[in-house]
Amino acid sequence: MNEETTATARRISSIVMIVIIVVLALSLSALYQAYDMFINEDPTMGYYLLIGFIGLALSTYMLLQTRRRMRRFTLKTPPITTTITCSKCGFKNVRDFERGDFIFKKLDSCSKCEGTMTISAIYREVKEKGKEHKIFG
Amino acid sequence: MQFFANVAGLIHLEMLLLQIFPGDSISWIFQIFFSLLFVVFVFYGQRIQMYILIREIEGSLLRLKFIRDEGRKIALKTIKEIGKSEVDPAERVDQFLEYVTIRPQSMDPAGIVWKLEHVLDVREERFKDEVKIMAPAADETNINNLENTLEAAAALNMIYKIIRHFYILGKKTLSLYIIMQIQMILPLIMREAEAYASALKAFSYGQPIGDGAGALVAAKLMQGRRKRKIEKDCIVAKVPIEGRIAYVIKAEGPGGNVGKPGEAIKRVIEENDGKISTIIMIDAALKLEGEKPGEVAEGVGAAIGGPGTEQYKIEESILKYKIPINAVIIKEDIGDAVSPMRKKIFEATEVAAERVRRVIKERTKEGDIIIIAGIGNTIGVGQ
Ligand SMILES: [Zn+2]
Repeated sequence: MNEETTATARRISSIVMIVIIVVLALSLSALYQAYDMFINEDPTMGYYLLIGFIGLALSTYMLLQTRRRMRRFTLKTPPITTTITCSKCGFKNVRDFERGDFIFKKLDSCSKCEGTMTISAIYREVKEKGKEHKIFG
Repeated sequence: MQFFANVAGLIHLEMLLLQIFPGDSISWIFQIFFSLLFVVFVFYGQRIQMYILIREIEGSLLRLKFIRDEGRKIALKTIKEIGKSEVDPAERVDQFLEYVTIRPQSMDPAGIVWKLEHVLDVREERFKDEVKIMAPAADETNINNLENTLEAAAALNMIYKIIRHFYILGKKTLSLYIIMQIQMILPLIMREAEAYASALKAFSYGQPIGDGAGALVAAKLMQGRRKRKIEKDCIVAKVPIEGRIAYVIKAEGPGGNVGKPGEAIKRVIEENDGKISTIIMIDAALKLEGEKPGEVAEGVGAAIGGPGTEQYKIEESILKYKIPINAVIIKEDIGDAVSPMRKKIFEATEVAAERVRRVIKERTKEGDIIIIAGIGNTIGVGQ
């Protein structure tokens, strides 16, 4: 199932791409036709204009659809910080999280005094998006 | 005669059309085109809608597949890094991802708690043994973390397979009912899958997660005190707070572990012959949309999630001695609960600890014996 789906997905998308390109070309030529008729004051120009725009809208929509599907999937890795505090003098050191860190882990002695350093916090910083509900907040 | 009437009718129709659409063949083409479109939508509208829905599910399914494969890759990499096994653990990991747990029959529900607990115990034991074989060099903390990582990978595998099942079934049967019900709950399932994916990463690194907020509050309260092990994977410390004697309980960290706080609370109650004036439980709870993450709320009742066995045990033992039970909860959403603890929730643990002190002052007298239990997965939180 797994390999099969991806293979079909790819084949379909290449056919879709060809269709999109053909539709795009046709609609562009229809628009050009309409412009030509406009110069010659032909009343049927409106139909060509309609075809052209419908085709254009359709093909761009499909293009966007396939682009959305082709977008690379990723798993985000948020930055995690570890805060180390000296229990004696209160000296603080913030660094990136390392494997083996845990809250209340005892580390080497403080660089400023003789006190022991302890991991006092491990957390993830989240950028607050300003889209909180103003009315119902 | 009939034939002539038909021809006459057609001519009449054409003249009518020419009146409405003066001009040439293009208008005719349009007329036919739009009529056809109308007919197609009347008869095939639902089918077209169905194909659109199927494509939508397909997109999410691709994403789910990616998440699952990525989860498996991370789990495998971590096992290789930490475990240092001589044989390739890939096959064993794949077998692990397919593990099933069969829930006990509930037709006659009496005693089902113990049956469920037994099944879950066996499952955990099996998982731990499995991890020990996959990663012989791992210590106790890492075994717990790896087990959690693998469980998250197995959950992702299950989600993917269920959605794939409905996707294929929907395609085969073209039943709108099957397709729609899966499409409708898909946003929630995707959220859950993303949450599991970030949980998996946190577990593989041993980072504290949002669910561990309760355990972190307990760890803060028991800092610098003598701790002893108590019932399955829990620790307890005797801490004087505001002139009262508090038994602070949490799961033993820093490995990924929830312990059996119900068992631990029961043991402490029995050690004190039931003379406990109150129990305070601290846990992370799912917030409703619109509530702020890290909000702290108080209440009554046994604040504990999971399969329900521990909650049952706590309720049984407090009923026996009629001990009042208070809850302090820290609100967060499902994503925050299983991803690395965010700053707001970390800061909320300080607020929660303050609230616990207030509850103690207001609800007990000096010299009372109380129990404080910090519930949650204690991964990345020591004591
Ligand atoms: Zn210092």
